[in-house]
Amino acid sequence: MSAETLCIDSLYRDHSRRVQATLIRLLGDFELAEEAMQDAFVAAVQQWPTSGEPDNPTAWLIRTGYHCGIDQIRQRSTARRRAHLLLPADEALEIDDAAIEDDALRLLFTCCHPSLSMEARIALTLREMCGLATEQVASALLMKPTTLAQRIVRAKRKIRDARIPYAVPAQEELPERLPDVLQVVYLVFNEGYSRSSGASVVDISLTREALRLGEELARLLPRGEVFGLMALMRLSDARRDARQDSTGELVTLDAQDRRLWHQEDISTGITWLEQALALSPTGYYTLQASIAAVHAQANNAEQTDWGRIVRLYDALCRRFPSPILALNRAVAIAMNGAPATGLQLLDDISHHPQLSRYHLFHAAKADLLRRLGKREAARGAYQQALLLTTLGPEKRFLLRRLTELEQLT
Amino acid sequence: MKYVALVYYQEQIINAMSDQAWHDLNQECIAGVERLTTNGNYLAGQALQPIETATTVRVRDGETLISDGPFAETKEQLAGFYLLEAHDLNEALQLASRIPPARLGSIEVRPVRELPPKTDTGASL
Repeated sequence: MSAETLCIDSLYRDHSRRVQATLIRLLGDFELAEEAMQDAFVAAVQQWPTSGEPDNPTAWLIRTGYHCGIDQIRQRSTARRRAHLLLPADEALEIDDAAIEDDALRLLFTCCHPSLSMEARIALTLREMCGLATEQVASALLMKPTTLAQRIVRAKRKIRDARIPYAVPAQEELPERLPDVLQVVYLVFNEGYSRSSGASVVDISLTREALRLGEELARLLPRGEVFGLMALMRLSDARRDARQDSTGELVTLDAQDRRLWHQEDISTGITWLEQALALSPTGYYTLQASIAAVHAQANNAEQTDWGRIVRLYDALCRRFPSPILALNRAVAIAMNGAPATGLQLLDDISHHPQLSRYHLFHAAKADLLRRLGKREAARGAYQQALLLTTLGPEKRFLLRRLTELEQLT
Repeated sequence: MKYVALVYYQEQIINAMSDQAWHDLNQECIAGVERLTTNGNYLAGQALQPIETATTVRVRDGETLISDGPFAETKEQLAGFYLLEAHDLNEALQLASRIPPARLGSIEVRPVRELPPKTDTGASL
């Protein structure tokens, strides 16, 4: 019994996403495709024990699911609307592996379409691409399952009614559309890596899903930026066990015990980065990964090649100007032996609304003030940062710094 | 598939334009419509008079209520619309991005809902 259950589970795990992705294309509807896929797996469980597993299980499941879907359309009163889909059910269905590969990409580009809200893109990607159940996605995103289910239903309705195409963008559109997909994957990673609120800093499962998605994308669409994102995620993930101490307190990069960094993840990350750098142009994620690689290869904060990090931030700020990057660049300049210059640069950008509400901006400023011996101003900046953070460990970290400051006076 | 592209901008920005800039914008729109027509994407469209000319009508409990101005006072005002023929949302968005006021304000793209066929009995509400 349990062996049989295991077999069905692994069958489902191995084939369901590809079957679903292709059925969406063939049937032209997300919901119908999902029902048809379930029917196909039921048929497999009933038939394979006696008939034996077919040579190409994916193709068998797709063909069976397709026929189930067509039957569904015939039975529904809405059949008129899908009249164009009423192909003869026994028509030989062309199933080749290349088309199935492309379907995974079609699904990903549809789930990450810029006309959907970012929340919907993340939910759809986790649900459809990663094959997570609605309850799993909801708990991973700290949402109520009913709210999440509604969001997914709305997104699928928009895909159908606004006719968001189920297609991989053409070569010439790809540079514009690929960032949409990479951003969703990276947000999923970050959602797992650093919670915006909640008790613990690391959630293993979402980072794992993002890495798996990134790997699949790298295989299907071997572009420099995809490799760059993989490098960035691997190099960040390598630090997962050093980001918190045994009591759950947050540890900043400069104070982390680098013996806890996972060397195998670092070397995998470096390999991805080398592949990314071999392909031009060097994009956003590749530059960010290059910075992460400098950190990963340094024995401690002092021995870090800050000059190289400053140059990489210069390149990032030139090509992708943003207040957050300007903040990071200022900190890197401060670390490169010029804290006063760094502080001046922070003051120059402090008016930006995105930064004045950002706790890490005030924390960075407080840190530089502290190092320059300006205790009163540092205290004020730490307090400002405290007001703006909701994450338990980050709050306690800032409180600790404040206490240290008091003890000095 | 039919899409409506609703053109919104801040009328203030338009009012502050020089005559030459306004003239150029109109000519650019005319050329855009010609291009859309040639490519078979243009079904209909109109530019609208400024919002001071708008009147809003509501019927509540059988009573017709008429009020001056647009339905909602928003930062950007509806300035015109295009009825476009496009294969899918990607094509519709691409066409909309080339409507000149997209640079000044925003274009809302919405698929057209086809009404169901008229029934013989006639609906009695």
